[in-house]
Amino acid sequence: MNRFDYIRPVSVPEAIAAAAVPGSAYLAAGTNLLDLMKVGASRPERVINITRLPGLDRIEWLPDGGVRVGTLVRNSDLAYDERFAKTFPVVAEALLSGASAQLRNAATVGGNLMQRTRCAYFHDLAGACNRREPGSGCDALGGENRLQAVLGWSEHCIATHPSDFCVPLAALDAIVEVEGPHGGREIALDTLHRLPGATPEQETALLPGELIVALRLPAEASSFSRNARYIKLRERTSYAFAVVSAAAALEVEGGTIRKARIALGGVAAKPWRAREAEALLEGKQATAQAFAEAAELALAEARPSGDNAFKIELAHRIVTRALSLALEGTPQAMPALPASPFPALSGANHVI
Amino acid sequence: MSSEIAFPSPQHRRHGSSAGQPLTRRDGVLKVTGRATYAADNHPEGMLYAVTAVSSIARGRVTALDVEAAKAHPGVVEVLTPANRPPLSHDPDDKIPPFGFRVEVLQDDTVRYVNQPIALVIAETLEAATEGAALLNPQYEVESARTGLENGERFDTPAVGVGAPSRTAYGDIDAGLAAAVRVTEADYVTPPQYHNAMEPHAVVAQWDGDRVTLDMPNQALALSCAAYAAYFGIPAGNVLIRSPFLGGGFGSKAILNGPQILAILAARMLDRPVKLALTRAQMYGPVGHRGQTWQKLRLGTDGEGRLTALHHHVLAATSSFDEFMEPAANASLPLYASPAILAEHDGLRLDTGTPGPMRAPGEASGSAVLEVAMDEAAIACGMDPLEFRLANYAETEPGTGKPFSSKSLRECYAEGAKRFGWSGRPLEPRRMRDENGFLVGWGMGTAVFHCPHFPAEARATLRADGTALVETAGADMGQGAWTALAQIAAEALGLDPDQVELHSGISSLPDGGIAGGSGHTASAGLALHNAGVDAIARLAELATADPASPLFGAGNIGVEARSGRLHRRDDEGRSESYSEILARAGQAEVVGTAKAARDPAVAEAHALFSHGAVFAEVKVDPDLGQVRVTRLVGAFAAGRIINPRLVRSQYFGGMIWGISFALQEEAVTDRRTGRIMNADLAEYHVPVNADVPSLDAILIPEDDPYVNPLGVKGVGEIGITGTVGAIANAVWHATGVRVRHFPIRLEDLLVNQRDVTSAFGN
Amino acid sequence: MSLSIGLTINGQPRTVALDDPRVTLLDLLRERLDLTGTKKGCDRGQCGACTVLVDGRRINSCLALAASLDGATVTTIEGLADGEALHPVQAAFIEHDGFQCGFCTPGQIMSAIGLIAEGHAGDDPERIRELMSGNICRCGAYQGITEAVLEAQKTLAERNRRDAA
Ligand SMILES: Cc1cc2nc3c(=O)[nH]c(=O)nc-3n(C[C@H](O)[C@H](O)[C@H](O)COP(=O)(O)OP(=O)(O)OC[C@H]3O[C@@H](n4cnc5c(N)ncnc54)[C@H](O)[C@@H]3O)c2cc1C
Ligand code: SF4
Ligand code: FES
Ligand code: FES
Repeated sequence: MNRFDYIRPVSVPEAIAAAAVPGSAYLAAGTNLLDLMKVGASRPERVINITRLPGLDRIEWLPDGGVRVGTLVRNSDLAYDERFAKTFPVVAEALLSGASAQLRNAATVGGNLMQRTRCAYFHDLAGACNRREPGSGCDALGGENRLQAVLGWSEHCIATHPSDFCVPLAALDAIVEVEGPHGGREIALDTLHRLPGATPEQETALLPGELIVALRLPAEASSFSRNARYIKLRERTSYAFAVVSAAAALEVEGGTIRKARIALGGVAAKPWRAREAEALLEGKQATAQAFAEAAELALAEARPSGDNAFKIELAHRIVTRALSLALEGTPQAMPALPASPFPALSGANHVI
Repeated sequence: MSSEIAFPSPQHRRHGSSAGQPLTRRDGVLKVTGRATYAADNHPEGMLYAVTAVSSIARGRVTALDVEAAKAHPGVVEVLTPANRPPLSHDPDDKIPPFGFRVEVLQDDTVRYVNQPIALVIAETLEAATEGAALLNPQYEVESARTGLENGERFDTPAVGVGAPSRTAYGDIDAGLAAAVRVTEADYVTPPQYHNAMEPHAVVAQWDGDRVTLDMPNQALALSCAAYAAYFGIPAGNVLIRSPFLGGGFGSKAILNGPQILAILAARMLDRPVKLALTRAQMYGPVGHRGQTWQKLRLGTDGEGRLTALHHHVLAATSSFDEFMEPAANASLPLYASPAILAEHDGLRLDTGTPGPMRAPGEASGSAVLEVAMDEAAIACGMDPLEFRLANYAETEPGTGKPFSSKSLRECYAEGAKRFGWSGRPLEPRRMRDENGFLVGWGMGTAVFHCPHFPAEARATLRADGTALVETAGADMGQGAWTALAQIAAEALGLDPDQVELHSGISSLPDGGIAGGSGHTASAGLALHNAGVDAIARLAELATADPASPLFGAGNIGVEARSGRLHRRDDEGRSESYSEILARAGQAEVVGTAKAARDPAVAEAHALFSHGAVFAEVKVDPDLGQVRVTRLVGAFAAGRIINPRLVRSQYFGGMIWGISFALQEEAVTDRRTGRIMNADLAEYHVPVNADVPSLDAILIPEDDPYVNPLGVKGVGEIGITGTVGAIANAVWHATGVRVRHFPIRLEDLLVNQRDVTSAFGN
Repeated sequence: MSLSIGLTINGQPRTVALDDPRVTLLDLLRERLDLTGTKKGCDRGQCGACTVLVDGRRINSCLALAASLDGATVTTIEGLADGEALHPVQAAFIEHDGFQCGFCTPGQIMSAIGLIAEGHAGDDPERIRELMSGNICRCGAYQGITEAVLEAQKTLAERNRRDAA
């Protein structure tokens, strides 16, 4: 890890002022930033600890039924907040399917949103990576790329965004509140992360020095609480990033879909909202056929970026699955294995 | 810290008093309180930190290192490169037998694999040494990397594993195949895997003149002392290795490696203690791995489903500069009866670190494939996989015809099948679903592992207070040696284990042999047993020669040691306690010593193996392909069981390695550069708790009068054999998809039900 | 630059002068405060060996910058046993053979204590497995670990009931 100046601002304006100096990075829990600093993929000269900033660690319910979550709220505290989990169960499920209990206890809302890609070549300093070092090339292309993007990638970068949390947030029209050198603004979560195009190094819509202060979920998002699921495919049962994942939320009335929300994870450099697929479902009967058509549409533009054509098929199937599980209804209690396609094994025989 | 390492803490729960009892671990309290000291926990006064810089290319030369930049970092004390590395007394290119490998210790600027050490940075703090290494910014002259079948260099090899023959032929394989009604033939691939013991390799080295003390995890103390002595030009007796606890080894801590040697060298050069701990990523290179294999199996069967020929060919990867090849085909030698067996290996040179023995070397990758091939052959014959194996049961060792010293495999099959509920299993795949619609599959595999025995020595001291001290330089990397060895010694000494203090894990004690090949309990255990017997004999001499003793004159009749007393064999009532005997003799103690080794005649006359049968249930998501191993039942027969609690844990550990092999582990290499793209624990998957919902291990009683006087076989590695195949076969049974490479991945199972159903039965 | 922070470690308030802002909580404990019970298995949040409680919550100490924890309360494996009496989780790990080499064990135990305090698993083994999945055990002691956590969970619940009565 390189040497850096450690800065402890005590207010948001102070933090923003500190971050105005180039080479600065905000430090929340550090579970992503420190990791990247250890491998050298990130070498900030100034580390600005934001965890002591006042007022950013609260979950506030808004008069209209929406919620405002401070950026320093820990992933586990949000997921286990009773009212939050009841109102936005698909978000809670996604949160609990990410990382491990220890990491969720530390990880903050803003940190999760802003975590960087897990692309192995991004972490491998010996490799060329446009995202880490603009113009150097992309070693993932033609490399070991079975887990890379199948949607929205460019020949400059085929990385995916790893967050689980962001997937239902994108589906539910979450909004990110930002403060910056030029004041505050709001960014739709769906536009927070950028597709690579020719400038993969521009990962998000945040401008230099901008600080996420809160995340908002609109009141309308709570209308899905009865029919919403997040499903995540992994290469082991837990403590693994998604190969592909999907959030599906439905508002159903007498078998007819009133509203639908679909987003995919692990397929692109951003959580992938499937708006056309949603539109296709709205007003239709909730049938397997309709779900399959929606999945088809959601993946219509998908193409492999390497040895990963299977991810398109998988993504297709997981959208269908997430939709049908959402239709079955949000489980009464959080599943023992959140977001796993496997229902819990009750009474596995060894346990005394 | 004191140089004596003792495990007196007998806070374990008492279930009984001798071997055979499920005592809890002697070192349990130390381990659950954080007081067990592993190598990197040591911190001598004035200690420096060393961090290796490693190559990011697989083949070529280092042309430049920015030593100045590293040295300019505050706290950096020295940078070791080929330019200033002090000489060693032994040529690192010259292997030290029996387990010595060629090591990379900055002898030149050549790079032979990714993560090879290319410099060592020593600093006052870990942070400084780490960043110093990062600042070296190496420049290379790169040569193209040989990373796979296409560009690797094939060669003939006389030996595989550690000195095993690369080709063994029994009978006429062509005739056997010609005589077959059916020949089942297929190709399989197993991936490179890394031991990834939880504790990274570490050393804290302190020199005092020409003596060195090394705190390091070590599975082979005496051999290592000799090897370090050779490298540093000092007598072996001047090397003291302290290895009271190993945070797992799995074979990777039995062999010397470059980084540790460099740290020791740095400590001598700078005349200060030096600590080095590899990072997780740096463990993917210089400390061994399980090499990749490409295997072909040909199984000829007759009309009754009996093997007429078993041909196992293995192409095994090794490095460009040394040889260790998975002796995988040899897994086909001891198990199934066939008039013709041919096991053969070729080598493939790749630009990787040299592979090494990793938990069940050869057996794991060979058994994985053999058990899948057996399943395929059973299906071809229309037979139940268990029935098929029973039809090919070997009553004597196939090929040699030697009797087994003991073999309870039939009981393993029967008990395992019963506990699992195998009997209702449909032959066809895709016939079982659970209540949620998940595909359910059942598969099985046979487990087998040989029983090596290493020479070992021990000392047993009976003390005036009636307790004993027993000593041997053994290693406990989690198998429970400290507990099991104390139980064995206690039995020989006629004492309760709580009365026996065990000293071990330090090289100054009598040579405890190697902790490997699942042979440590038998090897060090027999030495301790014999030392105990020797101590009792000496004590008996004192008593029977003493007219004041109730045992006087019992010399010819003999005495028995029980509960801290010697009893006349012919008259139970006449006995005397150890302390009374010693007190009267005016002796503070009596010392027994022993050396133990296998009787070569026994090995000559018998085939020595542990056996087992593993049954697996998997559930597979029919659309998404995700697999969960929902039940594993293993039944194992491994001679006498010293401590069932520990043995069950060993079986479980092996079975979990089986899950890992079948479904998770693979080092992913960039074909262009040879770089390992998942050299960590996030993307190199090993099972987590949620992957292991249900394990069951049945301990089949087995009495082996030949394998060694203790009747003990090994239990540490057998669990992985059988399990891998059982899981792969269960996946087939669930899905109808036969995957012939490991690990089995999601995408392998994404087929349409239609295709599968029609594929079945071909 | 020396940075001074206050920490309460295993019940003892301490002022720590950090010689380097890069020091993680794990390296602070292990290399500077002689609390080596907490282990480093990966240094990257990928194994759980370094799990400790910070302000009562289990976290990976390898990914926490010590400087950022000014004022925090830290509990490590060394702070559990009450004299010679083991914490119920420690005792249950021994009884159920929830370890082999012992290297992951301090992390497993701290994680188990965190899990029980969080109260989301109850006595459901599947939830325990899931919520203990952030602690890798290469030796494969998972079954014993799950059983140990279940038992300790019951012991502690029992104790709480008694204390309440
Ligand atoms: C082994 C492992 C497994 C994981 N598995 C998963 C998984 O399965 N699913 C998943 O979703 N995640 C996973 N994660 C990632 C984890 O969720 C993130 O590391 C975590 O959410 C980051 O939060 P943090 O508070 O630690 O952020 P930090 O590491 O402190 O920051 C991360 C980034 O966000 C920036 N940042 C932080 N806060 C703000 C803010 N308020 N405004 C602007 N920028 C900010 C930082 O500058 C930094 O660049 C895993 C992580 C690890 C180490
Ligand atoms: S895919 Fe993107 S992140 Fe990965 S190497 Fe290419 S440019 Fe870098
Ligand atoms: S050492 Fe911290 S998680 Fe592995
Ligand atoms: S006990 Fe060895 S890693 Fe868990």
